[in-house]
Amino acid sequence: MTTSIVLAILVTSLATYLSRFLGVVSSEKIKETSKIFRWFNCLAYSTLAALIARIVIFPSGALSEIDYIIRFIVIFISILIFYLSKRNLVYPTVFSGIILTYLSGYFG
Amino acid sequence: MINSKYFFKGFISIRRIDSPAIALGCCFIAIGALLKNLGFSIQESIFSTLLTYALPGSLVMAESLLVGASLINIFLAVWLVNTRLYPMTVSLMPLLMHESQPRWKYYLSCHFIAVSAWLIMKSNYQSVEKENRIDYWIGIGTATWSVAIIGTIIGFISSEYLNKDIMIGLAIVNPVYFMCMMIGAMKTIQINTSVILGAFLGPAFYFISPEWCILYGGFVAGTIAYFVGEKK
Repeated sequence: MTTSIVLAILVTSLATYLSRFLGVVSSEKIKETSKIFRWFNCLAYSTLAALIARIVIFPSGALSEIDYIIRFIVIFISILIFYLSKRNLVYPTVFSGIILTYLSGYFG
Repeated sequence: MINSKYFFKGFISIRRIDSPAIALGCCFIAIGALLKNLGFSIQESIFSTLLTYALPGSLVMAESLLVGASLINIFLAVWLVNTRLYPMTVSLMPLLMHESQPRWKYYLSCHFIAVSAWLIMKSNYQSVEKENRIDYWIGIGTATWSVAIIGTIIGFISSEYLNKDIMIGLAIVNPVYFMCMMIGAMKTIQINTSVILGAFLGPAFYFISPEWCILYGGFVAGTIAYFVGEKK
């Protein structure tokens, strides 16, 4: 193993664990019925929604090579499949991957 | 130690229809291939998923290594992108804590907090009585963690066969899964408002600060949603 890669992995995992660790420390003093718990619950869901919306609208990796209209159409159809399949999560996810691979080959 | 009945109940929950296994597997296949192309060995790739187990963090590490960033820069960038794990932990752990359980379980199992396992636990915790929830959670976490590691190995080995189109296809699977899962979780006015406002404000804040938009957007949206829900 190369030292710099190993160090980078260790630094990355420490930086990640830090937020989880501090979260547990804070949790010890927070009751699930308290107002602050409900506030953090809102923060967790809104931050996740912000993250997902950002990945779709302003992607950084492979997704950025696909036109945003195609991304939106694929996501829209996937959500539609989610509802039509009575909230099955496997169909829309598998569909989105296959259709986008195909569209990328077609338009790319 | 760990009650095996609840551990396995959690472990097999990834076989259900709301299984994150496919979405999670797909994105770690992409990570495995990405790390291989960056020059990681297979041991290093496995080590990375094993220790970090948070997708955006691994992506940031990969990007930083590419541009030759220093270790301090990597630390700060990863910490920033994974700060979302803090509110996620605080909104999950109080549901799992019970006086009959040893504290080391919380500090060890918080490593499993990542979007997929968190969403499953949040939608299922009521089906398990409080004193056994932590073992159930460790089961879910171990299962999703294993899927991530297997995905990384598959991605690493098959990277030569994954062309650009397949990588793009793999990249959409995870956001689609998370989005459907979030829509499924929208059951109270607070969560509905949080999700909808967050999805608007996150990208909106991108125009002010691309680096901080998730935290700014999430904080403002979540706080508004909290007050909207409390007023009801």
